[in-house]
Amino acid sequence: MVVVGGGLAGLMAAIRLAEGGHQVDLLSMVPCKRSHSVCAQGGINASVNTKGEGDSPRIHFEETLLGGDFLANQTMVMEMCENAPNFIYMLDRMGVQFNRTAEGLIDFRRFGGTRFHRTAFAGATTGQQILYALDEQVRRWEVEGRVRRFEGWEFLSALIDEGGVGRGVVAMDLHNFEIRAFRADAVIFATGGPGMIYGRSTNSMICTGSAAGALFRQGVWYANGEFIQVHPTAIAGEDKNRLISEAVRGEGGRLWTYKDGKRWYFLEEWYPKYGNLVPRDIASRAIFKVCRELKLGVEGQDVVYLDISHVDKKLLHERLSGILEIYEKFMNEDPTKVPMRVFPSVHYSMGGIYIDQKHMTNVPGLLAAGECDYQYHGANRLGANSLLSCIQGGQAAAKRAQEYVQGLEKGAESLGAKFFEDQIRKEEAANDEILRRHGKENPYQLWEEMGRIMTDNVTVVRYNSKLEEADRVLQELTRRLKDASITDGSKWTNQALVFTRQLENMLELARVITLGALRRDESRGAHYKPDFPNRDDANWLKTTVARYTPKGPELSYEAVDTSLIQPRERKY
Amino acid sequence: MGEKKTVRLKVKRQEGPKAKPYWEAFDIPYRPYMNVIICLKEIQKNPRTFDGRKTSPVAWESSCLEEVCGICTMVINGKARQACSALVDPLGEEITIEPMRKFPVVRDLVVDRAVLFENLKKVRAWVSIDGTHAIGPGPRVNPEQQQKDYVLSTCFSCGCCLDVCPQVGEGTGFMGAMTISQVRLFNDHPLGKMNAGERLEALMGPGGIEDCGNSQNCVKACPKNIPLVTSIAEVNRQITKKIFGFLGK
Repeated sequence: MVVVGGGLAGLMAAIRLAEGGHQVDLLSMVPCKRSHSVCAQGGINASVNTKGEGDSPRIHFEETLLGGDFLANQTMVMEMCENAPNFIYMLDRMGVQFNRTAEGLIDFRRFGGTRFHRTAFAGATTGQQILYALDEQVRRWEVEGRVRRFEGWEFLSALIDEGGVGRGVVAMDLHNFEIRAFRADAVIFATGGPGMIYGRSTNSMICTGSAAGALFRQGVWYANGEFIQVHPTAIAGEDKNRLISEAVRGEGGRLWTYKDGKRWYFLEEWYPKYGNLVPRDIASRAIFKVCRELKLGVEGQDVVYLDISHVDKKLLHERLSGILEIYEKFMNEDPTKVPMRVFPSVHYSMGGIYIDQKHMTNVPGLLAAGECDYQYHGANRLGANSLLSCIQGGQAAAKRAQEYVQGLEKGAESLGAKFFEDQIRKEEAANDEILRRHGKENPYQLWEEMGRIMTDNVTVVRYNSKLEEADRVLQELTRRLKDASITDGSKWTNQALVFTRQLENMLELARVITLGALRRDESRGAHYKPDFPNRDDANWLKTTVARYTPKGPELSYEAVDTSLIQPRERKY
Repeated sequence: MGEKKTVRLKVKRQEGPKAKPYWEAFDIPYRPYMNVIICLKEIQKNPRTFDGRKTSPVAWESSCLEEVCGICTMVINGKARQACSALVDPLGEEITIEPMRKFPVVRDLVVDRAVLFENLKKVRAWVSIDGTHAIGPGPRVNPEQQQKDYVLSTCFSCGCCLDVCPQVGEGTGFMGAMTISQVRLFNDHPLGKMNAGERLEALMGPGGIEDCGNSQNCVKACPKNIPLVTSIAEVNRQITKKIFGFLGK
């Protein structure tokens, strides 16, 4: 078995496969402990109902569906919400430092899109803490000899045989550029989100979406690409936008700007029931309205205030210190004294690799889990459901992979060496071709241009004319990339070469996102078109499925699982 | 105003593990709030030295840019720290950047820190759970204890504490403060405690706690303010107790 990706979902899958008695090769482009899961701050949802509020997995399920405007897979979301309490207990036993109540129980706080205290948290670095616990368990399995870790290896392509069955992967050592085939009866991809397509986002620099893009080009389908979450509160930066967690509002933080010389708490005025804790798509649209339409941003800029200065300092220290330190370090201001200056930023992809209800892609033997899959969040993800869906997806994919290999007639071992050698040579040739390019373009500059066009046209407010323009530019950039020179002929830690390969895949995925948005003439969750302001279930209660063709992505549509509840109007 | 127009970045470069290091200087247009990452990104986009000579882009690693992943650790103006949180303003008009000093250089600013994770294996830095299946809640934990252990658990294996330790690199294989502090963390946990003995034993051999020279550089270098010296003292106490046979009785 091979797992590609060492974040939360990949580690969870690897642990379950090892527990099931399998030998696992775990590939990750960075040491697993440095994966993007570390950036998740606020917490992880589970309806444990220890606060006497009457919360239950069923309510968690319904709110997740409503939050996602009914595009999520109902059967899978239900399973996730039912499993959630046990996942929290499992993580607790692994040693995750969850905050505690006076009695020593796991504490829960509020998050967006719900009125229950449902979010377990470890200070304000919950993702980091959970990632470490899983990383430690994988280390234990490494010592047992059940897991081999390949850290610093970049996935290049899947091995798909003549019968269309997945048989492993080809990957490259990022230091010495050795290219190797990893044979496997099943491969789980847990390769994360594509935030880097937008240039600046809250994502880590490793979140290129390149693996998903490479798979797409090999014939693996991609679903609901147009649903990109823009998080309402981030610090804008030149190198990246730094997330300020929803947990800040969960602990009492308020969003405001000045109107007529007075503080205006616009979310509390517009959404009295949920106030500052409306779901993210709604909060981001509200901030856009305040800054762009009403021109009421702070000092006329794209900025609103996020204010936590009224909350008890001891509570802030115990529950939010990680986030507040980030603000202080990068902005040089103390957020316990002055309000934070924030603006929405690209944050998460609800869409991803197409999978069935058991995490298998359209290519047998290739599975996907975590942010890179698409089934759990519909058109908009609720806060603190991402860590949960990573654990859920990782273990569900591991389960399916084990069933699958049991029923497999012939394993990857039965294929001759030539099949694998051919694939390695193909990838080596692809490297050589890039090294031979001596044109005038620089791949990093092309990436900046892609980021700008995507951020301007394919985020919170979308118009068909601008989406068409964006798609035209993306094709132009793909052509210009062929004319890029990387000024480094070395095959030793040649980062520009790796980046050029990634950029080719990112451009392909960017088109999938843009064309999906162009075609979907309605507004649903994170996808908002002023020219089509309403949700249109008659025509668009559908999953977008993108397939690769040499002429560009081809889109088709599939019915959504509505087996458990009927879609209803989304109001907060 | 005394405005800075450009920032000069002096980068120590090295083409491979066995190559000879050399210095190159780059001039980067200044803007407010810029950090060392932004400077390095400018070099990627236009790899030319300050005197206009074309060169290869500098190799360096980064990921989260929020000081939680630890990957962009390098030596900036003589101090090991994360490049993402190194704002340019306090660093002056000329900034020197070198790879970390106690790990093998791969290329330019990229170093190989695999030894950090090997050390965590040696001291068995994990809780030996029965399995990941549903077997009910974990133990209750005093909130005060959680607050203390949470701080230890924020160690992101950046390696700054090893970079500044005079004992590291002396050929003893000293595992350093971060490893010892992780032993303290797991020996503190209600379930982790059950294997405290084997973790302490791992620290009693070569590369273990005996190698600590008590220079206390580690605690000053830690970007997460982890009380590393207290951790070393606490683990030392546990080892002494174990030697005298009190632990586990």
